[in-house]
Parts: sequence; structure tokens; C-alpha cells
Amino acid sequence: MTEEIRQIIADHGRLSVDAAGLAPDADLYHAGMTSHASVNVMLALEDHFDVEFPDRMLKRSVFESISAIEAALNELRAETPVS
Amino acid sequence: MARRVGIDLVSVNAVRDSIRQFGDRYLKRFYTEAELRDCDTGQGIVAERLAARFAAKEATLKVLRPGDEAIPWRTIGVARHGPGWVTVELSGRAAEIAAESGLSDFELSISHEDNYASAVVIAEVDLSNRRTDPMMSA
Repeated sequence: MTEEIRQIIADHGRLSVDAAGLAPDADLYHAGMTSHASVNVMLALEDHFDVEFPDRMLKRSVFESISAIEAALNELRAETPVS
Repeated sequence: MARRVGIDLVSVNAVRDSIRQFGDRYLKRFYTEAELRDCDTGQGIVAERLAARFAAKEATLKVLRPGDEAIPWRTIGVARHGPGWVTVELSGRAAEIAAESGLSDFELSISHEDNYASAVVIAEVDLSNRRTDPMMSA
């Protein structure tokens, strides 16, 4: 999952650095991701992982690093029963 | 009376890309119906106008200072009044935070040129009218 998230960040995060070299806990906002880019990252994550981020998760800390995003996705998947 | 100010700059191309890639999911998730109406010339959404509204939302967040609290984007809206001026309209949690922080009299100005749209928001802070004071509760 980590590499899938990294690829989505590379495609949509508009970072000022190469996403391939980011540590899992590196701050994406410090790496150049804007609020608007984080919106695109969120929508792309929803498409790729077939989840929907609820309003309560639309905050800075959820999208601040690869590991934070992974934790949020795991939480969402745990809440959503597999049909 | 103190004041707070927030400013933001948004790439119009980034907004254009979002409309192209995510369509209605992007538009209806982050913008109010009134905002979308104001940005639609009848020949489609004008990305420059939408980018200015996103910048206004972000500038307003910088005034509200919600920390890491989730604030739904649609609770911060831009209302257009005639051809020349706009105002911030808060609802839901955004309005609650404004009240709790003693914030009022929000003023907004937006602009766009080529690939960039910007917004500035100013609000008055009545420290005596705050419902909660983080300095007191810390």
C-alpha cells in the first residue's frame, strides 16, 4: 500500500521534491504539497482504494505523510465491510 | 479590537486539472451550489473564478485557525454580490469556530491573473466576546 500511496502523491501532490525519495513519515506539506493538491490526492486515493474520506478526516494531519495516509486508509477499510 | 488576516494563492491550472480529472466529485465536494452557479458562465465552469474561491476558503481557514480540526470545505462559502464584490459566508463548524473565537465582520477580496488566483480575508476579533479562550484553558 505504501508504494501505491507514494505513486498517487507523485501524480497528484505537486511536490517540489521527488516523491520516490520521501520517507514514510516525511511531511508532505514541507515537501511542497498545497491544500489544493491535498484535495486531489484525497480524490485519487478514493478512486484507487475504493473508499470515501468522511468530513471528520478532512484535516491536515490525515494527509501530512505517507504513513498518516496509510493509517487513515487502514481505518477506513476496517470500518467498511468487504462485500 | 484586534484583527486577523489570511491570504492564499491558488494555481488556476491546478484547479482546471482537478475539474478535468475528477469532475463533479471535485466540484460538488468542495464548493457550494451558489459558488458553482457564480462560476458558470453557461458555457461551463470558469477555472479562474473557482480557483479564487478555493483561495478564499483557504484564506478564511487562516483567519479561523482551527488547528487540526476538520472543517468541511463547503462550510466556507463565497457569495457574489453584483459584478464587483464578494463576501464570506460561514456555516456549520466554520461558523461555530468563528463565534467561539470572537471573530466577526469578515471581509474578502479575490483576484486572478493568468495562472494564479488569490484571496485576502480580514476579520475583527473581539477578545471579550470569545466563548472560549485557549490561553485561559491551557
